[in-house]
Amino acid sequence: MVREVSESCVESLLAEIVLSYCSGFYANKPELAARRIEAIGFQVGHQLSERYTMDRPRFTDNLDAIKFICKDFWSELFKKQIDNLKTNHRGTFVLQDNRFRWLAHMSVDPSVQASGNIQDPSAMAENKSAQATGMHLYFPCGIIRGALSNLGIECAVSADISNLPASLCLAFIILMPLLWLSQNLFSSISLQNADYAALLVQSIIF
Amino acid sequence: MAPAAPKSGDVIFASVDRVNAELFTLTYGAIVRQLITDLEEVEEVNKQLDQMGYNIGVRLVDEFLAKSSVSMCVDFRETADVIAKVGFKMFLGVTASVTNWDAEGTTCSLILEDNPLVDFVELPDTCQGLHYCNILSGVVRGALEMLRVALPEVFKQLRLIRAKEVEEVSMKTEVTWLRDMLRGDDVFELQVKLLKQVPEEYPYKDDE
Repeated sequence: MVREVSESCVESLLAEIVLSYCSGFYANKPELAARRIEAIGFQVGHQLSERYTMDRPRFTDNLDAIKFICKDFWSELFKKQIDNLKTNHRGTFVLQDNRFRWLAHMSVDPSVQASGNIQDPSAMAENKSAQATGMHLYFPCGIIRGALSNLGIECAVSADISNLPASLCLAFIILMPLLWLSQNLFSSISLQNADYAALLVQSIIF
Repeated sequence: MAPAAPKSGDVIFASVDRVNAELFTLTYGAIVRQLITDLEEVEEVNKQLDQMGYNIGVRLVDEFLAKSSVSMCVDFRETADVIAKVGFKMFLGVTASVTNWDAEGTTCSLILEDNPLVDFVELPDTCQGLHYCNILSGVVRGALEMLRVALPEVFKQLRLIRAKEVEEVSMKTEVTWLRDMLRGDDVFELQVKLLKQVPEEYPYKDDE
C-alpha cells in the first residue's frame, strides 16, 4: 500500500517555495529565483526517477526514456499519463498534458513576477498573471529535467505558458540538441543539408 | 438546522485528493537542502521553515474548517484534540496524540510517531541544530492563530480583560520541539503553549 498525503500538502509547499524565493530571497531577481525553484524540482525528479527505475533495465534510446516519463513517471506523480507526445526527431520533444493538476489549484499571486521583458504594456496585466504561474512551472520543468538526467540524458526543459491562465492544458518542451548532435554527427557523411548545418551551428552556441 | 457532526479524520482523508507521499517527502527534502545551501546558517533555515509553515497553516485552516465541520466555539483542549486527530490525519494521513497537559490547560504536547516528512531522511552531522520538521511547528502555530476559542478561565482570572467581557480569542501560541526522531528520540514531540494575551477589544463600548 503506497503511503499517501493530501494533495493540499504538495500544492501548499509548492506555493510557499515560489513565494519565498520570488517575494522573499530574490525579490528583484526573478532569474535567480527561477533557477532555485528549478533546482529543487531537479533534485526531486532525479530521486523519483531513481526510485521508479530501480527494477528496470537501462533504456536503450531517448525515445524510450521520454516514453517512460510520459507514461509511468507521469502516472506515479499525477495519476494520469501525458496526453500527447510530439517530436521532430531532431532532439525536440513536446509533452502535452491536457489537464495539468497543479495548474487547477494554483492561486496566482500577481505580485510574483517571472523573468522576461514585457515590451507591450497593454498586455501587461494578462501577461503578469501568466508569468506568475510561469514561476510555479519551473518546479515541474525541473522534475522532468532531473528525471531525464538520472537516465543519462542532459536536456533543457521549458513550459509553454502561452495558453495560461485560460486553459489547464500545458506543454513541456524538452530540448536535447547536443545529444542529437553527438548521435548524428559521426553517422553523417557530409554536410549537405543546409538545415543540418544551421542546427549544427545553433547547437554549438547552445 | 443542526450543525453537521464533526467527521472523523479517516473519512475526510479518504475523500480528499491524495498524492504519492514520496513526492511530498522528496519535495520537502529538496526544499530543506536548497535552503541550507542558500541560507547557510541552520538557525536561519529553522526560521524560514517556521515562517513557511505559518503561511501554509494560515491557508490550510480554511480547508480544515470546511471539510471537518468543526464548530468554532471550542476551547483550547478540544482544539488541540481535533488538530491532532482530524487535522494531521486529513493532510498528512497520520494521527498525532495529545498529552502532557499542564494544570491550567494552556500547554500540551502533540506526539507524532509516524511522520511522512522524514521517510528515508537521515541528518548529516553538519546539520546540528537543524529542526528538520520545523515547517510543522509553523503550520500548527499558523492554524491555531486563525481559530477562535473561548477565552480560557485562567486568563479571565488574571483580569486581562478591560472592556466588556470578550468570549472568543484567537490563539497565539509558542510551539517548540521537545523530542525529534531524527536526533535519536523515539517520537516527535511538539510542545504547544498558549500565550497570555489581551483579547481584541470591541471598537465601541457597550453600556456597562
